[in-house]
Amino acid sequence: MTDTQYMAPQTLDEAVSAFAAGGDTARILAGGTDLLVQMRAGMVEPGVIVDIKKIAELNSIEETPDGSFIIGAAVSGAVLAEHPTFGKVWPGVLEGLNLIGSTQVQGRASAGGNLCNGSPAGDSVPSMLAADAILTIQGPNGRREMAVQDFPAGPGRTNLEAGEILVNIILPPRAPGSSDAYLRMIPRTEMDIAVVGVGVSLTIENGTCTAARVGLGAVAPTVLLVQEAADALIGSTLDAAALDAAAAACSAACNPIDDKRGTITYRTKVAGVLLKRSIGIAADRAKGV
Amino acid sequence: MAKMHISTTINGEPTEYLCEPNDTMLDVLRNELNMTGSKEGCGSGDCGSCSITLDDRLVCSCLMLAAEANGAKIETIEGMAEGEKLHPLQQKFLESAALQCGICTPGMLIAAKSLLEENPDPTETEVRYWLAGNLCRCTGYDKIIRAVLDTAADMRGAA
Repeated sequence: MTDTQYMAPQTLDEAVSAFAAGGDTARILAGGTDLLVQMRAGMVEPGVIVDIKKIAELNSIEETPDGSFIIGAAVSGAVLAEHPTFGKVWPGVLEGLNLIGSTQVQGRASAGGNLCNGSPAGDSVPSMLAADAILTIQGPNGRREMAVQDFPAGPGRTNLEAGEILVNIILPPRAPGSSDAYLRMIPRTEMDIAVVGVGVSLTIENGTCTAARVGLGAVAPTVLLVQEAADALIGSTLDAAALDAAAAACSAACNPIDDKRGTITYRTKVAGVLLKRSIGIAADRAKGV
Repeated sequence: MAKMHISTTINGEPTEYLCEPNDTMLDVLRNELNMTGSKEGCGSGDCGSCSITLDDRLVCSCLMLAAEANGAKIETIEGMAEGEKLHPLQQKFLESAALQCGICTPGMLIAAKSLLEENPDPTETEVRYWLAGNLCRCTGYDKIIRAVLDTAADMRGAA
């Protein structure tokens, strides 16, 4: 016997009411790849589990006429990968999300869940910061928007208020000559947690970088937006001096833990190396190479 | 709390069961429905031995609540052979000795079947990445990968 209750409402209003009424022990279920592991490990015994996958808005991908993408918080990595245009416009966001876990996990795990889990090493998060994504959040006091870099609050914590649910992730329209990339360092090629993760989004006009954003993961209590690295790139031709300055800014932003996956010195150095490599990939994509 | 009454379809058969809200799909398959082909290795989505398909998508049944199956379509290893006739992947695994202890085999077969349905002509690299979430501690993987590639070739030839 259990005191846990499961519900799969059809509307967001029902979900918000149930989630808010459930208080501290209520949990949102999207793909379940974090929640079920936590339940099994005895870390959490939910009072009510609110499955949000039956709510159309949370389980759909919309490409708006102006070129934005609105991704429901419960859309799985596999479903997003099958979208006909998303991966062409946002290859870095997609490759970050698709690095999470196995084929089986991809069938369930969502970018929204990755954000809400609050891990500093969430692989989809740095690219979403680089993409300047906007989050739609709904709670007992209505709907609001939040810039994605304001969402993480610390390891395992977010800035959602009590009773609030992440509804969708909005990626803005792309200027011509724009692309992005995500690279992570892990000790093997698959199925591991990032030691360092770097997401870069660039716009290149006539060989000059006119816009850049850099998201840095696994080297601080939250994923970081590294404005100094972006500033070093904007206005440059992505020449060696600009890349060196951006890499140094990335390394300077690091405040990592020291563990078996990587030492502080190693993570700090690799952050700069990965930044340079991911800029190379994003730039080639932006130029259509 | 009352048990939940779930109506689903498993291997083409309409199926009903009662479950606790926090039971996993794997718990119900093994303990309620006596479908013990799906194995529990880790219980945390790392090993793939509990692999099933949910609405034609490969998932770990240990990472899914049994309640989520309501109205859905589940396929398990028990539905892979047609009566006595093994699926070509099953036949090839036997012929190629692509298993030793057998614990990972149902998950490997379900995952490999899901791959070949999506991609009938995978490269070796694609097979290895697709099966990266299915752990085997006996074979060293090589015979499994060959068996999947050989089956894919046979099935393309037969088609």
